[in-house]
Amino acid sequence: MAISPSDTTALIHARGLSKRFANLVAVDAIDFDVDRGEAFGFLGPNGAGKTSTMRMIGCVSTPSSGTLSVLGMNPITDGPRIRARLGVVPQADTLDMELHVDENLFTYARYFDIPRDVARRRAKELLEFVQLNDRAKDEVEPLSGGMKRRLTIARALVNEPDLLLLDEPTTGLDPQARHLVWDRLYRLKQQGVTIVLTSHYMDEAEQLCDRLVVMDKAKIVASGSPRSLIDRYATREVLELRFKIDAAPALDGKLEGIADRVEVLPDRVLLYTQDGDAAAAAVHERGLQPESTLVRRSTLEDVFLRLTGRSLIE
Amino acid sequence: MIAILAGRRPAQVPAARRASHLVERNAILYRREWSLIVSGFFEPLLYLLAIGYGVGSLVGSAVTLNGHPIPYAAFVAPALMATSAMNGAVYETAFNFFYKLKYVKLYDAVLATPLGVADVALGEIVWALIRGTLYALGFLIVMAGLGLIASPWAILALPAAMLIGFTFAAVGTAASTFVRTWQDFDLVLIVMIPLFLFSATFYPITLYPGALQLVVQLTPLYHGVDLLRSLTTGSIGPGLVGDLVYLVVLGGAALLLAAVRLQRLLLK
Amino acid sequence: MIGTWRVLEHHLMVYRRTWKGGMFVSFASPILFLAAMGIGLGSLIARGPVRTVGGVSYLAFLAPGLLAATAMQTAFVEETYPIMAKLQWLRTYDGMLATPLTIGNLLGGEIGWLAVRQAITAITFFIVLVIFGTVSSVAAVLMIPVAVLNGLAFGLPIMAFSATQRKDKGFPVIGRFIITPLFLLGGVFFPIQRLPQLAQVIAWLTPLAHSVALARSLAIGGSNGSAAIHLAVPATYVVVGIAAAGITLRRRLVQ
Ligand SMILES: Nc1ncnc2c1ncn2[C@@H]1O[C@H](COP(=O)(O)OP(=O)(O)O)[C@@H](O)[C@H]1O
Ligand SMILES: [Mg+2]
Repeated sequence: MAISPSDTTALIHARGLSKRFANLVAVDAIDFDVDRGEAFGFLGPNGAGKTSTMRMIGCVSTPSSGTLSVLGMNPITDGPRIRARLGVVPQADTLDMELHVDENLFTYARYFDIPRDVARRRAKELLEFVQLNDRAKDEVEPLSGGMKRRLTIARALVNEPDLLLLDEPTTGLDPQARHLVWDRLYRLKQQGVTIVLTSHYMDEAEQLCDRLVVMDKAKIVASGSPRSLIDRYATREVLELRFKIDAAPALDGKLEGIADRVEVLPDRVLLYTQDGDAAAAAVHERGLQPESTLVRRSTLEDVFLRLTGRSLIE
Repeated sequence: MIAILAGRRPAQVPAARRASHLVERNAILYRREWSLIVSGFFEPLLYLLAIGYGVGSLVGSAVTLNGHPIPYAAFVAPALMATSAMNGAVYETAFNFFYKLKYVKLYDAVLATPLGVADVALGEIVWALIRGTLYALGFLIVMAGLGLIASPWAILALPAAMLIGFTFAAVGTAASTFVRTWQDFDLVLIVMIPLFLFSATFYPITLYPGALQLVVQLTPLYHGVDLLRSLTTGSIGPGLVGDLVYLVVLGGAALLLAAVRLQRLLLK
Repeated sequence: MIGTWRVLEHHLMVYRRTWKGGMFVSFASPILFLAAMGIGLGSLIARGPVRTVGGVSYLAFLAPGLLAATAMQTAFVEETYPIMAKLQWLRTYDGMLATPLTIGNLLGGEIGWLAVRQAITAITFFIVLVIFGTVSSVAAVLMIPVAVLNGLAFGLPIMAFSATQRKDKGFPVIGRFIITPLFLLGGVFFPIQRLPQLAQVIAWLTPLAHSVALARSLAIGGSNGSAAIHLAVPATYVVVGIAAAGITLRRRLVQ
C-alpha cells in the first residue's frame, strides 16, 4: 500500500482506492479527484460502495490499498487534522439524542475546539440557516426526519468546513422535505463550499452535482458532468410506452428502427431517440396500441440503465 | 497507555484537550439531570445506615482489628466506599458507554470530528472518575462526621478511591465492548454482586477457610476494600503495596484492551 | 377471560426466550446474599451481644425477609422498563389493541403474568431456603403466597405509575428512594424495632414490613397474632393498584 499526500491541487485525490471487508470487496480500485469549489457526486444503487468510500474520505475507515489524500494530507496519519476541516453528514443521522437541539450544535462545535462564545453564536446562526431556530430548546427525538436531517447538516457546518461530505442527504425524506434540503445545499454551493455527496436518486445528483461518478458493484463505471454523461450514454429524449400486461412478447421486432436503442423493462418499454414525438407517431403508424405514451428528456437514470442494464432503485 | 491500537493504523495517543470536550458534553447533559447525580450519594449512605448501624447493633464489638475491637460501622464504611467507587465506575462505563456506543451511536458522530477513539475512551473514563471522586468525597465527609475515621491516613482515601474508580472504569469500558445486547448485562451483574458480597466487605477475610481466602485475594474489589480500610482505620502495612500494584496493573491492562477493542468496533 | 389468557400467553411465550437472564437477578442474587450475609455475617453476630435474633440464628432470621424483599424487587424490575417498552418502545399494547383484545384483557394479562412470575421466583427461592435448612415447619410453604401477594402489592401500583411515564427517568428515582431504602431498612436485615420511631411507623405503612413479618413467623413455625393485618395491608395495595393501573392504562392507550 502506498498512501502518500500528493501535490495536486485537488481537495481529494484517489488512485486505485480499495476497501475490502473479510471476503468482500466494497470499493475496487477507484480513481477520482475532487476540486475546490465543486459539487461532486457518487451516484449508484445500494451496496455500490458509496458509503465505504465516504468513510475513507472522512478518516473513519482505513483504506485497504491505493492512494488517498484529503486536503493534501494523509487520512491515516493526519486523521484529526483532516477531520478538523471536514463537515460530515453520515447516511444515518447520528444526532445526540440526550441533548437538546441547540446543545447538539454547541457540543459538536466544542469537539472542534471552537471557543464557547463562537460556538454559541454559530449554533444560533446555523439553526436559522436550516430553519430550526424555533426548535432550539427542544429535544431531538420528536423532530421529523427532514428536521433531523437539516440539523445534521447544520452540525456539519459548525466548523466552517473546507469540504462537506453528505452521504445520501435526502434518502427517506418526503418530497417537500427533500426540496428544503436541496435548497439549503444549493445555497452552500453558491457560497463556494466544496460538496461531496452520494445518492441513488438521479434527480438529486442532476440538480446538485457539477460532476459525478457512477458507481456500480464497487467500481466506477462512468464519470463526467450530468449533461455530458447523458449526452454520451443516452439520447436527447426518451419515449416511454406502457402496454397491457403480457403484451410485451408480441412486440418482438415491431419496434425495430424507430429508435436508436430500445430497453424492455418489466413494466414499460423505453425508446431512446432524438425526437420522442416522431417516434411516438411511428409507433402508432405500425399499429401498436400502448396503454400510455410519455415523451421525456433523458436522465441519469437512463445513463445508469445503459451502463449496467439495471435501474438505480430496485 | 492507549497507544497500541489494532490494525494498520498507527499508534494514536489521546490528547487531553480533545478528550476534555467529551467530558464537557457529559457535563452539559448532567446539568439538567443534577438530581440524578445528587441521589447517587444516597445509596452508599443507606447501606452504611442499614449495615453499619442496623446490623452493626447485632454485631456489637465482634470484629477486631489488630486485636482491638472496632465499631462495626467503622469496619464496613470503607468497604461500602470501595463498593460505591466500583459500582459508580462500572455503571457509568459499562452501561452508559454501551448505550452511547450501540444505541445512540454517539461515538459515530464524535469520531467524525478531530476526536479519535483514544480520546473517546479517555474522555469517558475521566468523566466516570470525576463523578466517582465527588461521591467518594461526600462519603468521606459523612464518615468523618460520624466519627468513623480513626487515622490521618484517611486523607489518602480520596486518591485511593479514585484509583479504584479508574481501575473499574477501565474494566467496565473494556467489558462494554464485548456486550452484544442488554441481556449480556446480567453477566456484568453476575460478576459485580458476588464481588460486593464476598470481598471481605462485611466481615474480616480471616473468617473464610484458607483456600477461599486465597480466591478472594485474587479478586479486584478485595484490594479496593483492603486499601480503603487500611487507610481509614490506620492499619498501614506492606499489604497496601500489593493492593496498589494489583489495581494499577489491572486498570492499565483493561484500558489497553478497551482501546484495541474500540478501535476495531468503531473504525471498520 | 379468553382475551386475558391470550395476553398472558404472549408473556409466557416471550419469557420462554428470556428467562435465563432474569433468573440471575431474581434467584442467584438472593442466594449470594443469603450466603454472604446469613452465613458469613451470621457467624459474626453469633459472637456478638445478641447472638440470636428473635430466638433464631441470623441466617434463619434473614432468609424469609429476603424472600419477601426479592418479590418486591422482582415487581420493580418487571413493572418499570418492560411496561415502558410495551407502551412506547415496542408498542406491543398498541398492536394488541388493534385486535379484539380490550384494555381489561391487557391489565388482566399483566396481573396474571406478574403473579406467575412472582410464583416462579418464590418457589425457587423456597427450595433454596429448604436447602439452606432455614425452614422448620410445613406451614412455611405458605410463605410462597405471602411473597406473591407482596410482589403484587408493589408491582401493581408501580405499573400504574409506569403507565403515566413518557420517559424512563422516574424509574431510578423509585429504585433509589423507595425500593432500596425499604430493602435495606424495612426489617429484612435487622429487626424493625431498632429503627427510630418515625421510621418504624413509615415501614409499617408499606407492604414489605408486613410480608416480612408474616413470612418470618411462617418460616419459624410460630403463630402470628397479627396475621390478619399483615395480609390486609398488602391486599389493600393490590386493590388500589389494580384500580389505579386500570385508570392510567386506559388514559394512556385510549386517546
Ligand atoms: N463494516 C462492514 N463490514 C462488512 N461489509 C460491509 C461493511 N460496510 C459495508 N459493507 C459491504 O460493502 C458493500 C458496500 O457497502 P456500502 O459502501 O455501504 O454501499 P452503498 O453506500 O453504496 O450502499 C456492501 O456489500 C456492504 O454490505
Ligand atoms: Mg450507503
